[in-house]
Formats: sequence, C-alpha cells, structure tokens
Amino acid sequence: MAEKPKLHYPNGRGRMESVRWVLAAAGVEFDAREFLETKEQLQKLQEGNHLLFQQVPMVEIDGMKLVQTRSILHYIAAKHNLFGKDLKERTLIDMYVEGTLDLLEMIIMHPFLKPDDQQKEVVGMAQKAIIRYFPVFEKILRGHGQTFLVGNQLSLADIILLQTILALEEKIPNILASFPFLQEYTVKISNIPTIKRFLEPGSKKKPPPDDIYVRTVYNVFMP
Amino acid sequence: MAGKPKLHYYDGRGRMESIRWLLAAAGVEFEEIFLQSPEDLDKLRNDGSLMFQQVPMVEIDGMKLVQTRAILNYIASKHNLYGKDIKERALIDMYVEGMADWNEMFIMLFVHPREEQDAQLALLKQKTTDRYLPAFEKVLKSHGQDYLVGNRLSRADIQLVELIYNLEEFDPSLTANFPLLKALKTRISNLPTVKKFLQPGSQRKPPEDMKSMEKTLKIFRM
Repeated sequence: MAEKPKLHYPNGRGRMESVRWVLAAAGVEFDAREFLETKEQLQKLQEGNHLLFQQVPMVEIDGMKLVQTRSILHYIAAKHNLFGKDLKERTLIDMYVEGTLDLLEMIIMHPFLKPDDQQKEVVGMAQKAIIRYFPVFEKILRGHGQTFLVGNQLSLADIILLQTILALEEKIPNILASFPFLQEYTVKISNIPTIKRFLEPGSKKKPPPDDIYVRTVYNVFMP
Repeated sequence: MAGKPKLHYYDGRGRMESIRWLLAAAGVEFEEIFLQSPEDLDKLRNDGSLMFQQVPMVEIDGMKLVQTRAILNYIASKHNLYGKDIKERALIDMYVEGMADWNEMFIMLFVHPREEQDAQLALLKQKTTDRYLPAFEKVLKSHGQDYLVGNRLSRADIQLVELIYNLEEFDPSLTANFPLLKALKTRISNLPTVKKFLQPGSQRKPPEDMKSMEKTLKIFRM
C-alpha cells in the first residue's frame, strides 16, 4: 500500500504551499507532522543526504526524495492527470504556470523585505498582476468560454492561478475588480470539492505569513 | 513541412542560451531574430507576440512559446530527451531545476552593481564547489552509468555540460576534483551535434561581460 507523501518544510506557506495546494486538489492525503523549526533539524536532513541540493522543499513520495518545487509539482500533476492530455496542452499549462509562478514569487518573498519596502512591493505586485498577468488569463477564459484554463479539465495551471489570486486578494481585496471572467473562475474553481475542503478551516492550508513564520525561517536557514 | 524554430532574444547568452544548446544537441536547425533596441522589444510586445511581455520567445510548431522552462520542456519532450517515464522525468526535473538555480547566478552576475560583482562571483564559485558539482558527481558515481538518468542521453546531460563549459570560462580549476563530470563533459562534447555547436561559427554565444551587459540592459530599459 502506498504511503502518504511526507512533506519537509517549516510550518508556513513559502515554497511548499503550491505543493500542498496540488496534493489537496488531487485528493491526496499527505503527512506534514514534522515541521522544520530549528537549524539542527535542517542540518540533520542535509547530513543524512536527504536533500539533493541541501535545500527544502523536499517531499518523500513513491520511494523518491523529491526536491525543487517545480519537479515536485510536475510529478504530482503528471501522476494525477493535472497536466493536460498531450504535449501541446502540457506546454500551454507549463507557460501559464511559469508566468503565474513569477507573480507568486513576489508574494513568497514579500515577508522577508525590509518593512519600508513592503508597502511599495504590494503596489508593485498589484500592478504586475493587473497589467501583465490577469489580462492574459481573462482573455483565455473569455476566448474559449470554458471553466478551466486548458483542455476543459482541471490542471496545474488552474490550481496555481487560484492560489495566487487568493493570496493577492488577502493583500488587495479588490484586485479582480476589472476581471469579470477571473471573478467567476475563482468562484468555480474554489467550489471543486477537493479544493473547497482545502479552503475550509482545519485543512492543511497555511495561514498568511506572520512574524513567527519569518523568525522561524531566519532561524532555520540563516548561517 | 514545419519551418525552423525562430528564436527572439538579444544577441547574447542570457536565458536563451540553454535553449540554443538543447536545440543544437537535438540536431534542430534554428533561426535567430535579435533584439537590438528598446523599440524592437516594443514591437514584439505591441504585436501581441509575447504572452507575458517578455523574452525569450520561440516560434515553434505553430506556437509562440515563452517562459524558458516551458520552451525547454517542449523541446526536450519532442526530441525524446526527457526520460522514458514519469519517474525518470522527475529525476531529470530535479537535476535541471538545480541547474537553473545555479545558472541564474551566472546570468545575473553582470546585472549586479559593479561593487557587488566580486562578492557574487565568490558566492557562485562557492556554491559551485560545495553544492552543485558534488551533487552531480555523486549521481554519476551512484550508478556508474554514462548519463545522469536512465542510462541514456537526456536534457540533464546537455544542460549540465553547458554549465561546466560556462564555469570553466571563469575558472578551469573548479572542476579539477570531479573526474566523472569531466568524463561526462568529454562524452557529450563528442556527440556530433554538440561537437558542431562547440566549433567557431556556430550559434553558440560568447561569454557575457560588463560591456555587453550594459548594452543589453539598454534594450530592456534597465
């Protein structure tokens, strides 16, 4: 019997949150009981040769110790039919995911900016989202009129985009104001049963990063 | 018959070089259209050719592909350089993602302010000898095979050898204690398609420096 995937990361969103989203959306239960809280725990993983590049995220899954966020996401997506039906669909999904991850990167790095820079960066994120990324996805949805971005079925692209939209809405509540198709899309994707469950209290979804999380990250990763 | 892929970028390595290497290694002839001014970039943007207003962009098989990883993934899949199944693909992905982090340090080297560049170069060398070269030497040692994954050529081998060449341009001594990587480099360099790409006159771009980077940044209004 297959064991549950085991996640190794601090107790917070960071780069592991996309992995939690995709596992949850795919209906895969995962084990995240031990969070990294100290430098010693990270060193133990490093010295035990569990981390190919000495870094987390790391996910133990199907006999492998997968590192590198994108590898983990791709593996789960391919395994659970979230990567399109052929190479062309896969490639579209790749492009959309890669664009969205560029935007998500700003969100991931935000808590670690100097306090003076943080407010400016929120403005920067909003601008990037509204000028560069949202118009692309709004146009795609309007163009084919389907529920999902690619191939009329749920894919990694939808999951990562929803994650990013909701994270942005936490900082900028009206960020979808000019994007009616994305508004409807957000509701529809959020209502998919596995995702709906993930969005409810008590799930493995992590809260927005706070001071405790930032301090933990410095403790674990700073030399 | 499909036309040759068309690469849109500036005349330099940057984020397009891995794509040039992979196409060349796969034996695919390609054309290049070089951005030479901010207006060239504006035109591509205004044409609607760039999904996220950015290059690299590669016109291939009726698509205008953007995002370096998406482009590399497509080429690798199409040309059978991405492993035979989902698990081999996962290994290849891990390896090339590590390489992408490593390559990012090369790409950004001359983008950092001049006063930071020495420190950045030192960091690059340290990560190279402490993290990346040992990781890949260990992979080769663990199975004793000629290629990183599945006992056959994949994009992981090509992309790794590209980085080794870039590295040795800075400091040839860095690879001294990594015999299996040196052997991989020789092996891959001897593949006919790669051999051709390594010869003068190919579409391989020369190393970047401060001067070329200053010119490049102007194109992007940076």
